[in-house]
Amino acid sequence: MENWKQNPRVFWTLGIPPSVWLLAFFIIPLGFLFVMSFSDKAIVDGQVSITGYDYLTGFTNYIRAFDPLYLGIMWKSVWISALATALCLLTAYPIAFGICFAKDKWKPLLLLLVVLPFWINLLIRTYALIAVFRTQGYLNKILGWVGLGPYEMLYNNFAVVFGLVYVYMPFMVLPLYATIERLDKSYLEASLDLGGSQFQTFMRVTVPLTMPGIVSGVILVFIPCLGSFLTPDLLGGANALMIGNVIERQFKAANDWPFGAALSFLLMYATFGALALRYLFSLRSKGVDV
Amino acid sequence: MAARLKPGQGPLDYGSRLWLRLLFAAIFFVLYAPIITLVAFSFNTDKRGVVWRGFTLDNYARAWNNASLIEALTNSLVIAVIATVFATVLGALTALLMWRFRFPLKGAYEGFMALPIVIPEICMGVALLLFFVNSGMMEFFVHMPWPLNLGNIIFAHVTFCFPFVAVVVRSRLVGFNRQLEEASKDLGASEWQTFWSIIVPFMKPGLIAGALLAFTLSLDDFVITFFTSGPETVTFPVKVYSLVRRGVSPEINAASTVLIVITVVATVLAMKLQAPPRADKG
Repeated sequence: MENWKQNPRVFWTLGIPPSVWLLAFFIIPLGFLFVMSFSDKAIVDGQVSITGYDYLTGFTNYIRAFDPLYLGIMWKSVWISALATALCLLTAYPIAFGICFAKDKWKPLLLLLVVLPFWINLLIRTYALIAVFRTQGYLNKILGWVGLGPYEMLYNNFAVVFGLVYVYMPFMVLPLYATIERLDKSYLEASLDLGGSQFQTFMRVTVPLTMPGIVSGVILVFIPCLGSFLTPDLLGGANALMIGNVIERQFKAANDWPFGAALSFLLMYATFGALALRYLFSLRSKGVDV
Repeated sequence: MAARLKPGQGPLDYGSRLWLRLLFAAIFFVLYAPIITLVAFSFNTDKRGVVWRGFTLDNYARAWNNASLIEALTNSLVIAVIATVFATVLGALTALLMWRFRFPLKGAYEGFMALPIVIPEICMGVALLLFFVNSGMMEFFVHMPWPLNLGNIIFAHVTFCFPFVAVVVRSRLVGFNRQLEEASKDLGASEWQTFWSIIVPFMKPGLIAGALLAFTLSLDDFVITFFTSGPETVTFPVKVYSLVRRGVSPEINAASTVLIVITVVATVLAMKLQAPPRADKG
């Protein structure tokens, strides 16, 4: 790598276009959002204006976000995301583990099979789930054959959790696969030779040694779950609102942009918090990393 | 435990364990069954779509004759192609900058470049909405003739696509042997000549993989488009969203199947290109 001063012309030619783009269409828009989050709707002639704003009036929007109603929704978003993340881990771990111990010729195909759904449009996958779970859907049809149902399976928290697991599971498999693949298998042999059962070996050798992958996967899944909008919107309906839906409502139906902006920033801070946690874990586990 | 092993099965031979295979089959079934049913029922004659009544291509014909659906698909493809071109160029520039130079605050710069990848989509969507409305860009582009009225969406798509392209291209550049570049310069080639005849050919698989990634990301995006599109500029996912909210229909299945085929082909291509060929290293 060379110092930029050695070739400033090339440095600026390469650096300016992407930096200007990022500044204009990302940093400045976020700045607008930030300012908006501290603003209020203007009052014109004693009436709340639809498009006018009083800028930088204070923290009212943030204070309002801590109203029990919104606090409840935020709390619900956190536990729904946490539950979905836990279920992702429970299903993804055996998958990643299985792929690592599969025959070499099968590995690329199995990995492709795991990742492929991820590339199919989120909306289409969610739509596919609706067709399965709706009251006249495939699952109720099958249950009908054995004399059960029909059940109302959509528009509740269960549907949202299932949808999130379904959609984000591949995100969990990849980091897990990467760490399990690098795991020195002779540790497992040693543990088994020394009389450890398969279960003990798994809990006391495999899991601790693959912790970096688990932490990465958990955070990679938790972040998009927390910020999800489409899944709770289509599968949860009005009964399972998450923070993303409340934000959308402020910008569309409710037309309260300052409040929506404040909620967006709270969501972003939560995201950064999760990323910081991941960073801390990566520092701590550097010593043990295999 | 060892007593239960079958002959020829080692203690670490988990791949041949029945329970793991069954679990695999179950998870893959759950993962794929909804998608496969969706595709299969796009060929169904039954309008309500729950019971299989017979094979037909009527749904595709109906989707094809649905002007607003086709318009949305055209919009999506136009946006994806234009956004891909810009995102690939910007992403490649970023990757080259990061790969070639040491500069002050590089870590912070790198972090900023990764921001569009990590922040929740909805936050980026509303930030861009706010920006487009307040800067007058929304007003400006809405009254433009097609395809210029897609301008806002294209700007938004380039912004979230190019950091991904940068990551892909940069991982390709890591395998570059810098001596080739030095040799080229020693032999009298200019910076520009070296760039075009040495670096670009080497980057090409990364560029193509990055471009395909940008294309899929743009084509698939719903959330950011949902906030940045005007009432007249509907993309395919936004259109499907409004249809899905009204209920399930085989027409959506047909349209979705077309989109699935496009993305799967693009993805498989990208993956093939991204797998680093070992022979040309060093």
